[in-house]
Amino acid sequence: MTDTFDAVVIGAGHNGLVCAAYLAKRGRRVLIAEAADSVGGASITREFADGYSVSGCAHLLYQFHPEIARDLNLAKHGLVLAGKNLATIALATDGRYRRFSGEVVTGNGLTQHDISEFSAFNGQMTRYAKLLAKVAGRRPPKLVESDWSDKLNLARIGLDIRRLGRDEVRELLRIGAINLFDVLHDRFTDELLKGALSVDGVLGAHMGPRSPNTVLGYLYRHLGDAFGLSGPAIPEGGMGSVTSALAAAARSSGVEIRTGTPVARIICVAGRTSGVMFDSGETIETGLVISNADPKTTFEELVGFPELESGFSRRVHNIRARGTAAKLHLALDGMPEFSGIDAIDSGARLLVAPDLAYVERAFDPAKYGQYSEAPIMEITIPSVHDKTLAPDGKHVLSAVVQYAPYELKAGWDESRTSFQTVIVDTLSQYAPGIRDLITASEVLTPRDIEQQFRIRGGHWHHCELSLDQFMMMRPAFGATQYTTPIDGLYLCGAGAHPGGGVMGLAGRNAANEIIKREKSR
Amino acid sequence: MIAHDERRVIPTPFHSRVAAACELNQWEDWKGYTTASAFTDVALEYFAIRNTCGIFDLTPMIKYRVAGPDAGAYLNRLVTRNISKQSVGQVMYCCWCNDAGQVLDDGTLFKFDENTYRICSQERHMDWFLASAMGFDVQIEDETGRVAALAFQGPTSCAVLRKMGFQGIENLKPYRFTSFPFKGDELMISRTGFTGDLGYELWCDPMFAETLWDALMEAGRNYGILPFGAEALGMTRIEAGFIQAGVDFVPALDVVRTQRSRSPYELGLGWLVHLKKANFNGRKSLIAEKEKGSRYRFVRLIIEGNKPAEHAFIFNRRNKAVGTVTTAGWSPTTKSNLAFASLEMPWGLESDELYAEIYYIRELKWTRVMERCRVVTDAFFDPERRHATPAWDF
Repeated sequence: MTDTFDAVVIGAGHNGLVCAAYLAKRGRRVLIAEAADSVGGASITREFADGYSVSGCAHLLYQFHPEIARDLNLAKHGLVLAGKNLATIALATDGRYRRFSGEVVTGNGLTQHDISEFSAFNGQMTRYAKLLAKVAGRRPPKLVESDWSDKLNLARIGLDIRRLGRDEVRELLRIGAINLFDVLHDRFTDELLKGALSVDGVLGAHMGPRSPNTVLGYLYRHLGDAFGLSGPAIPEGGMGSVTSALAAAARSSGVEIRTGTPVARIICVAGRTSGVMFDSGETIETGLVISNADPKTTFEELVGFPELESGFSRRVHNIRARGTAAKLHLALDGMPEFSGIDAIDSGARLLVAPDLAYVERAFDPAKYGQYSEAPIMEITIPSVHDKTLAPDGKHVLSAVVQYAPYELKAGWDESRTSFQTVIVDTLSQYAPGIRDLITASEVLTPRDIEQQFRIRGGHWHHCELSLDQFMMMRPAFGATQYTTPIDGLYLCGAGAHPGGGVMGLAGRNAANEIIKREKSR
Repeated sequence: MIAHDERRVIPTPFHSRVAAACELNQWEDWKGYTTASAFTDVALEYFAIRNTCGIFDLTPMIKYRVAGPDAGAYLNRLVTRNISKQSVGQVMYCCWCNDAGQVLDDGTLFKFDENTYRICSQERHMDWFLASAMGFDVQIEDETGRVAALAFQGPTSCAVLRKMGFQGIENLKPYRFTSFPFKGDELMISRTGFTGDLGYELWCDPMFAETLWDALMEAGRNYGILPFGAEALGMTRIEAGFIQAGVDFVPALDVVRTQRSRSPYELGLGWLVHLKKANFNGRKSLIAEKEKGSRYRFVRLIIEGNKPAEHAFIFNRRNKAVGTVTTAGWSPTTKSNLAFASLEMPWGLESDELYAEIYYIRELKWTRVMERCRVVTDAFFDPERRHATPAWDF
């Protein structure tokens, strides 16, 4: 063995790349081992039909942290945004629409009450999201250990909450742990508006608007607002260009990236890691292993429960990580027309969620292992902004479709075709001519996402984002603050604080924590 | 599988014989089974164990079968002791902990073959054992109701077994077991027990339980055999120095107040902890405790006077309470007043001057005495006949 590395990062997803880049900038020699043939993890671009490319899993850049983009100089490394601060448009089948852009909502037949109430709601949520952003940007404090930096951090959070002011704190405490359905119902009258807003609370989650934790989900999705953005962005060349820019930044700091190199296991001896072994049998010795893989994969498969203790193993086993979102990719012969909106708005983020009850009803079957017969969707047509994705005059459509439970009673192999029919039928109600434009299509179920992106359960947050799996409880007791029960093994992925989304904070926070801890060792 | 029975407390396979012999009609509920507290006279039963032999219905003791290619690895991760060198036919005393290094229970581990074990304990642990099985190729089965068990303890026990035709039983070493053909079935005999004396435990199919009882009583007729109950057993266990879950410590999964559980070091079971073996439950915490020091020390005390020190406070010379008695009783064999106690560190050294605060009532008058305690490090009673192989003939 000739190469020596200070650290091996498992997985070249965005958090793995961010973590490696930050470590390398601080003088560590880092190797990233990626199982797939290219970097990117769930932030990739790929050709799914001849000449048509699409973001394979994540398809919008909601809340990529601007500090990270700056620190790693991603613009220099090739990241260009084709569209940014995109508006969100709620679709209806009868020509109505609701258009959200920043604090402004417009739409035919919208009452003045709802218009002004939305502005107030948006302002309030942005203030809460700013609080959340502060929490997300730091190591989550443990509550019972007398670590001075944890105490300081807790005091800071306390102070930040206090700064919200009495009324805002009271409202945050009131709504923080309840459900988005009730909150929206309290404030708005317009069903189309409420339906659309509820999507931000349930996207990617095994939750309906009436589920607890959906207010947290909403705030998490709006972290971008706290970063000064007013809507998601679409990178030129798809989401893959985010991770290729990150990879370029990492490489320029000296990180070595090996693709097509699946890690078979993390070698542990007496509670300490001594390196990794690849599928090929080759081993790399290092005292520092950082896993960007989800916690279940990391602990159950790569470390193995026998190397851990029973109580911790059980907590890992019990982490809720049931993917419920499917992905639809369509190659289109031309631009589809959506009911009620101008062609110019086809590049916006389009939602199929016509009312609150519709969204809740869409979730109901998922509880019982069935897919929605009338699903909700988040649709993008990135080729409006980015001509590189499809041949001239043609388009690609990418949509998140819910609900498609990971554990489908009837089995996904048997149900894929019928589910695709349901999706296209639903889509046709909002874009009547779309069926004739489809030249190729692809549906990724949570099972496919699990298999293709190596995420156990196919959940894009790795672990459900909910208060019981948040901050110092993420992903589970015994593995918080990016550490694990195995000395020298750390987590840097979506399963760690603060969570998923192409944001990069988990990776950056992990790097900071690792540097701090390994120095004091 | 526990047989369905409409009663909430069910009979053991020996019940017909136990009931017939239980002259005092004193019963207790032991893990859902009807068992005798005493049969004839507790002192008589006790002296049978120490001077002749006695039989005790052990069936309710919780028994799990652990089988599969990973059984050994599974158990070595479960318990704190290094069992990798356990041989087939050997019994090992073990304890097991949660992740925090706090004791869940102690018990005995029997190795039938490379892939098959039995683990016996006071408490039920199926939930913990199954959680611990993730990542191992093992099956775990509660066989409590499928195995009838008798403790057969006392100096003449070996002679009785020989008389029953179990050739060579005298050569069975302590903490070993073997099997004999018995009435067309098989009888497993281990040289184990809870009395600290020469003695055996007998394990068979419940179908043959009554036959076994009758055969023992018949063979033991001229050897002073007597059935004994939980009370007499309790007296011998103190003399032998054996602790009991739920009495001398609260199993860590049962405690409500987190400080009330105990680590193996805090129960005098440090010798069962092998920190150098591969990963096991509690390892990290126990390493930390070893470095940092324990919170408690478990001690054996000889207390002056003859008043039982049940649950007494233990005071130091400055009259500060430093611990409590967990088990206490008079020992007829050593003629002394014995106790186990859990003391706060650093108390409990042999040189410490300690006192037990004992309250007792005589004809409705309460009296309080402060009795001097002496810490002893050896077992109160550990006769040579317990260890000698071949077993002595009496």
